[in-house]
Amino acid sequence: MKKVAITGNTGPRIRSDCELKLEIKSSGGIKINLESKVRVMYGNSITRLMKEGLDFFDVKHAVLDINDSGALPFVHMARLEAAVKALVKTDKELLPEFSEHNKYPSERERFRFSRLYLPGNTPSMMLNAGLHSPDGIILDLEDSVAPVKKQEARFLVRNALRQVNFYGAERMVRINQGEKGYDDLYYVLPHNVHLILVPKCESGKYLQELAKHAEDIMDENNIKQELFFMPIIESAMGVEKAYEIASAVKNVVAVAIGLEDYTADLGVQRTNEGEESLYARLRLVNAAKAAGVQPIDSVFSDVSDMEALKATARMSKSIGFEGMGCIHPRQIQVIKASFAPDPDEIRKASEIVQAFREAEEKGQGVVSIGSKMIDPPVVARARRTMTLAEKLNLIQDEPESENK
Amino acid sequence: MNNNMVKNAAGREVVTEINGQPAIPFKGVGKYKPDGRKYAPRISSCNDYPDNGDKKVKSIMEALVRAGIKDGMTISTHHHFRNGDLLANMVFDAVNELGIKDIRWFPSASFPCHEHLIQYLDNGTIHHIEGSMNGPLGKYVSEGKMRGMAVLRSHGGRYQAVQDGEVEIDIAVIGAPKADPFGNANGLEGDSACGLLGFALADSQYADKVIIVTDNMVPFPCIPWQIQGNYVDFTVEVDKLGIPERIVSGTTRITKSPDRLMLAEMTARFCDATGIIQDGFSFQSGAGGTSLAVGEFFKDIMKQKGIRARFVRGGSNKYLVSMLEEDLVDYILDGQTFDLEGVRSMRENPRHVWTSPFTSYNYHGKGNFAPLVDVAILGATEVDVNFNANVVTHSDGYLLHGIGGWQNCLFSKTVIIPLPLVRDRVPVIIDEVTTLCGPGELIDVIVTERGIAVNPLRKDLLEKVKNSGLPVRSITELKEEAEKICGKPEKAQLDDEIIAAIKWVDGTIIDIVRKVKI
Repeated sequence: MKKVAITGNTGPRIRSDCELKLEIKSSGGIKINLESKVRVMYGNSITRLMKEGLDFFDVKHAVLDINDSGALPFVHMARLEAAVKALVKTDKELLPEFSEHNKYPSERERFRFSRLYLPGNTPSMMLNAGLHSPDGIILDLEDSVAPVKKQEARFLVRNALRQVNFYGAERMVRINQGEKGYDDLYYVLPHNVHLILVPKCESGKYLQELAKHAEDIMDENNIKQELFFMPIIESAMGVEKAYEIASAVKNVVAVAIGLEDYTADLGVQRTNEGEESLYARLRLVNAAKAAGVQPIDSVFSDVSDMEALKATARMSKSIGFEGMGCIHPRQIQVIKASFAPDPDEIRKASEIVQAFREAEEKGQGVVSIGSKMIDPPVVARARRTMTLAEKLNLIQDEPESENK
Repeated sequence: MNNNMVKNAAGREVVTEINGQPAIPFKGVGKYKPDGRKYAPRISSCNDYPDNGDKKVKSIMEALVRAGIKDGMTISTHHHFRNGDLLANMVFDAVNELGIKDIRWFPSASFPCHEHLIQYLDNGTIHHIEGSMNGPLGKYVSEGKMRGMAVLRSHGGRYQAVQDGEVEIDIAVIGAPKADPFGNANGLEGDSACGLLGFALADSQYADKVIIVTDNMVPFPCIPWQIQGNYVDFTVEVDKLGIPERIVSGTTRITKSPDRLMLAEMTARFCDATGIIQDGFSFQSGAGGTSLAVGEFFKDIMKQKGIRARFVRGGSNKYLVSMLEEDLVDYILDGQTFDLEGVRSMRENPRHVWTSPFTSYNYHGKGNFAPLVDVAILGATEVDVNFNANVVTHSDGYLLHGIGGWQNCLFSKTVIIPLPLVRDRVPVIIDEVTTLCGPGELIDVIVTERGIAVNPLRKDLLEKVKNSGLPVRSITELKEEAEKICGKPEKAQLDDEIIAAIKWVDGTIIDIVRKVKI
């Protein structure tokens, strides 16, 4: 087995992270060398944390070089665990405290206008992500993490789930494809993950097997709450199987499309106008609606062009999508504003809510506007629209709203 | 060093003597009343100056010799060339070559490019520096390697010190992007164009001998004369005063960091909600990434509401210039130009006016511009639960920044400091600042990404911001959140030896800086 492990990141542009070089020895005790920007303020506590961590894993003799750029304790712990486990076989988990503010649940029908991708091995982007109010955050173990870093990213994502405050955003993890993805689930599911994004999905069967596996892990860990899935369709075959995928498993709540990989699969250039992917997107929307789940559009890669983003989001909403991916926090506001209910929708929802109230007052079981019956899911959606409209301060002339 | 320490009005223990001169401890904001007359240089006579107005000498060295340079003198320079300055290094190369020792260097600020001068601190050419220090020089001083005590002053404080005779400048060396042989000079044209020469104004008026060094000598007259040749003894032409792309940036860029943009946006929303942004208002913001973005958010609000500002104070840059040119602002009152657009605008636009530390900031004068500004957006390294702030040291005790106009700007009507609550695991809001630079009573609002703290003294702002939807929290809550995220920081271990004194705008000592234990 190896004797030296290097984990984490260091460099002139690296912030809130650390690089560890761990060499396990046969004698000499524990020697820790710390280089840190915050040595004066936290040097002692970092050293103490590392000593406790090594002790936890029963490592008695080692040399540990730490190159720290202001990493928080949960990052130090993740990097240490990754280093130890690269050298020593152990099942122990060095878990940071599970903050109370991270124990909130999610719900099937919540709005998923914006979900912000966070590269799973980049702590600096995780810390303030929730402050920008995305509907969901995605701790990504797949494409934004280099293959050699995927193992250490698992510990980091797990620890982040326990420690980082995401201020109520839906807690999502994008796992890897295939067997790696299965293994990813072990690391993250016990830590209040609301939703798993399944990349490059091409069959309902894959999703079913994955869901079963996830269910087993949830049972083993005694977790009662529901786990949701969002398969991402990123290939021609995926598009062909869109309905099958969308309806494969009860807990699929949304289906997303990944246009970078999809256009590559077609062998065409991706454009802002999106003509080349129009069929795929329309098909996906249709399949999602037929299966009763939310269709979610792809990310918009040009982070400097807010006007083009606005236009894309508007178009996306108009063909039936209910949200988009984000790769930069500044996109969140624009996307939310574009997918948020417009005055027309608000007016219609308000009418439905009004009808619902009247029906309740009269003790009627059925809600109707004129002679038209309004189904319960439609009522539920209208109420949610009104709540959101109120939260977003969009209700102008409405004298009544849901929360009064 | 024989120094009795006393507790000043801010509760800080400070020295009563600096480099052999007596010093007055801080007495409180607006409490110290100066006595006596202004300092004045000796009377000159045209007898001693060339009739043809040609004061040219062949080299900096010759100018220093003819100025009568001796051991122990005070030599001053300005920092309008920022990190592109070549002049200060050239001056001390000459001083060193002449074998002169124990000079007090009195720059208006120093930059990393002046690392070159560490060798002259080591070999005794320079005895000590009175002026803000960035980077390597600050580190050198923090580690106790400089012989004398450093003194840090604000821009206004530097002017006051020269005017009051606290610092007598023997030789002022003034780099001028454009000058005539008589000594008239400005910063508007030439390869080293820097906009203005305001930081050298006091030097020209009060120094015993004044040397103008230019890389762009023109026949008399050099118009406009930001520095008047009637104060000048010698003029020197050199090849190059500075590195243009480090003097002024080709293009200033607003921060792209989403976190800083969010801070800037919250700051602008705060100013909007509290009615600070209204027709005829004025503001000042620094040239740092967040400040620039605040300006741009102000602009959006002003355009939306049809508001026009009476004046903005700069650090001018292309963003301020475009506000001027789009008629959103009546005047730019400029203390320092940061990019080519700023230089061009100052040259071409009569509504873009240069100011000096005398007009903007001098506290020992009949008023100054600072309190006339409605809102100033400033930075800080640390803020404590009493709203006191630090700009010169970090929590590790190292002296790494200057004061600049920061202290002077604290007199503006509302002072807002946007800060990331946690900066790479450095909690910025703490129990007590490491070095006190600005007293809490002058600091009104701290904007962080996790909430806005308003000084309890500002009941008016608290009232106005109540229904704005902005996250107002107590400063103690914010501090506790920072500590929860980062862990409670240990304090810097500092030596007893004092390596720098921090002056307040009126020349009293507001705090001192101790040597770091390496």
